[in-house]
Amino acid sequence: MATKAGTEIETIVSVKPSAKVWKKMKKKWRLYAMMVPAIVFFAIFNYYPMYGVIIAFKEYSASAGILGSPWVGFDHFERFFNAYYFWDILSNTLLISAYQLAMFPVPIIVALSMNEIKSSMFKRFTQTITYAPHFISVVVMTGMLVAFLSPSTGIVNNFLGLFGMEPIAFLAEPGWFKTIFVQSGVWQNLGWSAIIYLAALAGVNPELHEAATVDGATRFQRILHINIPAVLPVIVILLILEVGNLMAIAFEKVYLLQNPLNMEASDVIQTFVYRSGLLEGQYSFSAAVGLFNSLISLTLLVTVNYIAKKTTNNSLW
Amino acid sequence: MKRESAADKVFIFFNTLFIIFLIAIVIYPLLYIVSASISNPTLVNSGEMWLFPKDITFEGFERVFQNADIWNGYKNTIIYTISGVLVHLFILLPCAYATSRKDIPFKKGIMWFFLFTMFFNGGLIPTYLLIKDLGMINTTWAMILPNALGVWSIIVARAFFQQNVPNELVEAAEMDGATDFYIFFKLVLPLSTPIIAVMALFHGVGLWNQYFNALMYLNDSSMYPLQLVLREILILNEMSVDMMMSGQNLESFAEQARIADIIKYAVMIVSALPLLIVYPFLQKYFVKGVLVGSIKE
Repeated sequence: MATKAGTEIETIVSVKPSAKVWKKMKKKWRLYAMMVPAIVFFAIFNYYPMYGVIIAFKEYSASAGILGSPWVGFDHFERFFNAYYFWDILSNTLLISAYQLAMFPVPIIVALSMNEIKSSMFKRFTQTITYAPHFISVVVMTGMLVAFLSPSTGIVNNFLGLFGMEPIAFLAEPGWFKTIFVQSGVWQNLGWSAIIYLAALAGVNPELHEAATVDGATRFQRILHINIPAVLPVIVILLILEVGNLMAIAFEKVYLLQNPLNMEASDVIQTFVYRSGLLEGQYSFSAAVGLFNSLISLTLLVTVNYIAKKTTNNSLW
Repeated sequence: MKRESAADKVFIFFNTLFIIFLIAIVIYPLLYIVSASISNPTLVNSGEMWLFPKDITFEGFERVFQNADIWNGYKNTIIYTISGVLVHLFILLPCAYATSRKDIPFKKGIMWFFLFTMFFNGGLIPTYLLIKDLGMINTTWAMILPNALGVWSIIVARAFFQQNVPNELVEAAEMDGATDFYIFFKLVLPLSTPIIAVMALFHGVGLWNQYFNALMYLNDSSMYPLQLVLREILILNEMSVDMMMSGQNLESFAEQARIADIIKYAVMIVSALPLLIVYPFLQKYFVKGVLVGSIKE
């Protein structure tokens, strides 16, 4: 079919790639059709709210709608930055995150330790048990905390009572809030978060261990010099994610653990947004606060990823 | 392997100790709840029951099963979970397969359209206003649609298709004149039961356990999922009772407090048990889900 006209047409086509692409797309239209539900879904439930966030710069009223409401510029942001509670909720958000970050090594230690179990049955048993709390819902988890920590009937205070200690109203004391929130999270996920490290450890070449053993290295030395370097890339990636998510606290759990008495330690940006927005109806103001939160998150993630890329060659993108 | 050296023996000893400590920490609260749910609440509250059930009674479970709200919550949760999983798979699978295919113009752009939602979102309030404007408040749709799909699921399922659907199979089918729909439904899906199970399980657990969407979008209590019913029983009552302890008005709360005490542990078990029982059998699927997802991170 390599006639003169044919080659001419092909030349023209290659000059105009869009026609070729168009032809290919037409041939594959069914594949695009398969993407349509997801594209429509993201457009409606993710992108439309991104457009809707412009109410942060407006005075939204339901009757005028998003477009019709009058612009107010940065008024809501100013009001938020100047509010007396601004530093409280920002520092609560950051302190809880920092506390969580400090617990970051726990699953690594758990994985390194589990990896040393020789009996595979015992190992599987340990995994099954320690993964289980991950499946407990936030509501039940909070219910457990409320029950265990109750000053009058809780097991924790009953136990402390054995040593003659006065009961502590854990959930009513701001000083205890962050510890309760973070450590219960550690309890729920110490096994589950170890899965990914265990997988990295399973990929370590056994010859490395054999060679080191011949050279007289103890188990502990082999962990330090073989296993830890082997999981390091995974650690870096997860650390990036963790820092990038500093502002995204599991506020659904914070909200449940919150009460008027521990509020000064437990109010974080997201719970504040929910309260002032949905319970008090200040849509524009709380959309502004939420936007502030999203923008800090985005900046953090991009920055941390950039630093990691420059220094360790491990990055998300 | 040769015999362990003295240093290694010491290490193994302490390591085993640490593991036993871990297991004890994780398992104790769970065992305590089981024992407390069938013990005399007075003994539980005083601390006399601390490990094994004492003065066994099933009043807690009886009251739970008589409670119409809990049954209704169960029914709602099952409806939301099953229909939510179906919608999830319906949106996810075709898209994940299509984006796993090579040589599709604009595929990269489409993937970025999805990925961008991981980095930025409109937030709680604009999302709420959208759901409200769509007229979904107090409908089952509000429980199913807003979180029906996340980028993570696409990445995981796409990675699975890329690794497990042989290119030759697709090409051969194309040669025979099969359409992409035919290939997807008749060839790819039957090969993909593991990933379908993984995705359904993860999404199903999320739906079973979620309460916040229900809190935001439902105000008709007959539509409450189990988790919101539990919140009222476990947290709102309990907290108000504790706060009342110091103050006045004790009597009106006394009866409420007694019932709440009897049923609270039974309620935890009734809600968490289905997952905790099923999970060990499906453990390998869950672990697989975590791992496939991490490869592409």
